[in-house]
Amino acid sequence: MPCVAEIVVVGAGPAGINAAERLCAHGHRVMLLDEGRQAGGQGYRRPSSGLDLDMAALMGTEAGKYEALHARFAGLLPQIDYRPQTLVWAVEDRTLHVVQAGVASTLRFDALVLATGAMDKIAPFPGWTLPGVFTLGGAQVALKDQGCLIGRRVAFLGSSPLLVLAATQYRKLGGEVVAIADTTPFARKLAALPALARSPRTLWRGLSYLGGAMLAGVPVLHGVTPVKVVGDGHVEALILRDRRGRERCFPCDAIALGYGLKPETQLAELAGATLRFDEAFRLWLPQCDADGRAAPGLYLAGDGAAIGGADAAEASGGLAAMALLADLGEPVDERVRLVLRRRLARLRSFQKGLAQAFAWPVAQIRALPDEVMLCRCEEVRIGEIRQAMAQQLGPVEINRVKAMTRCGMGRCQGRVCGPALQEIVAGAAGIAGEQAGRLRAQAPVKPIALSVAGEAL
Amino acid sequence: MSRHTADVVIVGGGLIGVWTAFFLARRKQRVVLIEKGVVGAQSSGTNFGNLRLQGRFPGQYPLSLRSQALWEEIATLIGEDCEFAQTGHLYLAYDDEERAKLEGYAQVSESHGLAIERLGSSELRKRWPWLSERAVAATFSARDATANPRLVTPAVARAARALGVTISENACVSDVARSGDGFSVKTAGGAQWSCGALVNAAGAWAVAIAERFGETAPIVPAGPPQFVTEPFPYLIEPSIQAIDGSVIFRQIPRGNIILAGYPRTAADPVNHRAPVPPAKTLAAMRALARVAPILAQCHVIRVWSGIEGYLPDMIPVIGPSLTMPGLFHAFGFCGHGFQIGPGVGLCLSEMIVDGGTATPLEPFSIGRFRESVAVSEKFRKEFDGA
Amino acid sequence: MDDHAGQFVRAVSRQGPRIMLHFDGEAVEASEGESLLAALLTQRSFLRRTELGSEPRAGFCLMGACQDCWIWSDTAGRLRACTTNATAGMVLRSQPPGVDALRG
Repeated sequence: MPCVAEIVVVGAGPAGINAAERLCAHGHRVMLLDEGRQAGGQGYRRPSSGLDLDMAALMGTEAGKYEALHARFAGLLPQIDYRPQTLVWAVEDRTLHVVQAGVASTLRFDALVLATGAMDKIAPFPGWTLPGVFTLGGAQVALKDQGCLIGRRVAFLGSSPLLVLAATQYRKLGGEVVAIADTTPFARKLAALPALARSPRTLWRGLSYLGGAMLAGVPVLHGVTPVKVVGDGHVEALILRDRRGRERCFPCDAIALGYGLKPETQLAELAGATLRFDEAFRLWLPQCDADGRAAPGLYLAGDGAAIGGADAAEASGGLAAMALLADLGEPVDERVRLVLRRRLARLRSFQKGLAQAFAWPVAQIRALPDEVMLCRCEEVRIGEIRQAMAQQLGPVEINRVKAMTRCGMGRCQGRVCGPALQEIVAGAAGIAGEQAGRLRAQAPVKPIALSVAGEAL
Repeated sequence: MSRHTADVVIVGGGLIGVWTAFFLARRKQRVVLIEKGVVGAQSSGTNFGNLRLQGRFPGQYPLSLRSQALWEEIATLIGEDCEFAQTGHLYLAYDDEERAKLEGYAQVSESHGLAIERLGSSELRKRWPWLSERAVAATFSARDATANPRLVTPAVARAARALGVTISENACVSDVARSGDGFSVKTAGGAQWSCGALVNAAGAWAVAIAERFGETAPIVPAGPPQFVTEPFPYLIEPSIQAIDGSVIFRQIPRGNIILAGYPRTAADPVNHRAPVPPAKTLAAMRALARVAPILAQCHVIRVWSGIEGYLPDMIPVIGPSLTMPGLFHAFGFCGHGFQIGPGVGLCLSEMIVDGGTATPLEPFSIGRFRESVAVSEKFRKEFDGA
Repeated sequence: MDDHAGQFVRAVSRQGPRIMLHFDGEAVEASEGESLLAALLTQRSFLRRTELGSEPRAGFCLMGACQDCWIWSDTAGRLRACTTNATAGMVLRSQPPGVDALRG
């Protein structure tokens, strides 16, 4: 059977690379688009050229997987149409609208695999927009991509197993870690242990990092409430309330902030995926079957489909490719498929366990004071949301709140403030998170300069 | 089923519906406004926000000027200014033919007492140095203004509610019928209203109500696509429009530049979808960069649209039903209802309470659709594909 | 203007030629291949001020999602500092160039 399907994979992280590899192996010409300069995604990001960084030491137990993925990508490269630094800003029918090197163009496709990855999920608190506060993922990117620490004395705050991992990496490279502060109480982590024990290796790795940090005398706190960032123009200290309610001050010049990951679902939504509110992650997630089918011709893989981490991304990329191949009527190896499905199910259920152990701090967010900045793009404070809601005539809906306050209207299109806005709206209205509605995706999914459109006739 | 009575029921919580409710309530009428979604959700809330006086349909000037006077006192009327600003409006001509067209518009405007300033190419560049060389002439109307559509309809609705209007959101009208000397209106939620007068301000969905009473209009639902840039240092004071429609934009003091797309895009009123095709986004971006080259690197960050009713002669239906006493229509505003909204509301309130209004509205009668109406060239261009 | 030392600390050395950039009129030394954000933040505490509240900002996500670190340039267009490499001779600005000259 001649293979004429135009197949486009978006995202060159572990999910996208695995999908492209499997499609290539079946003789398809695959176009792989990626916004990054180099393949690898965020987790397996390569150091920028000229950086003397020992990635094997930094990646620790994951170094082998990191090396293997990049080696496989190098082998794949001659067989695919790889286009780095390419932004997909819209999906319309079977056309992608892209910007590459400052020029807009379109690409037709018959089948689309979206492996768009994730960013940090952020809960605001007083002072979080000060220079020196970065996302936890950003703190790792600074290190891996640029060999830089986000500050001299760094506090790691949020609720995520990656707090300890990133703090460990910072210490390896000479950074001073002033505190690792998790908003979830320790008891809740213990309660989630049975679910986590299904992936003992990952669990053990996490515990050993934690142990390492504690041995080094880094204060590790559970069940904290962030109070504020102190500083005039830059971070000078982090103030927390510990689980006993005592206020603690940690002098520092940078804070890494993260509450787990949030999938980049904008393109999936534009391409026709249905989104549903997930109570475990408290996020709107695209719906797809176990192999990643989200709509006819649309396949989702990796953290952009469901948070699962790098191993799950590799498995889901393979499964999405196999689903696509099967839908084209091509034979796929059912044994391999079964193995991947089992692995993916296990890894994602581990992530659900993590979402319990490292909880999104719903009550803390809903209780934030009015003066806290919520939307860092449009500079909208929480009080403005509550005030606009008090003026509503009928039932509250998040897009209406956006229209009244500009929250979520700015450059990032609600990527950063969206999950917290959801809680603020639901909290102020006394409704379930889901009932608050969902900030809709729209093209351009990221800002595009007027000049990309070219000259007028 | 809950039964209620009112003097007037208004179907449609757009700008027209809420202003009508507001002015009726000021005349001590008991008013109910029924909205299938939330107030101001469609084109009332998503339009460009122009309060343009120059270049309007000549027969609309008495209404437009009356309406502008209401806009100018909006803060007094409803207690919020909704970002009303007398920015002025600049019409650009790109060639001599367009210059002649501008002159024609200017003479009509002046005959209605509007002050129009004519500018040549060099004066234009001197006054607004960021304008490209392309425009050869322009007219400027200082009284023209802008306001924020996202804020206006909900604000007027709140003011109307404060005057006693019942506003029922997320309520779908399931039946409208004659009942005695008045009407009976039922909603899908089980409410029933008996009223003396009925206002059909249901926008792109209004024809279904008109047809209940043996009237119709060839309405086309479409969405005016809108785009907005990131904040840019404030530079562009007036609202600006090329007379060929290729570019319509304004900058708000916080810095964002709002850009209206043209031509408009057909919309789906059943599924409430008013898409913005990416190709239109690009076309609008090209047009803006051409007229204001300093913005070439400025980012477009967001687009939106909303559903609006268009009629072939590009003017709305405003006025009493010709088949049913007590029924009043106000729909099909063809993308220029924002400026006349308060005026239409005031005129409808006068028709209902006083039995008539001094403002001439004959050209807008629904009766003009009893015979076939020529489809204008402009109308055809309105719904061009991407 | 920027009394606080650099926000970022270089933990790993870089190979490659040293290059000069300009940011808001000041000369900035950088390494080829370094991101603009790293080049600037190792020497400054912030990149830009917000349009509305004039708050200092230094980027946030560092992975092209939050759109907080966009800066302007005279020659290379609009640049997202976290995803753009420094190249020799770049003339960068926290504010768009050429605006004041165009005020009527």
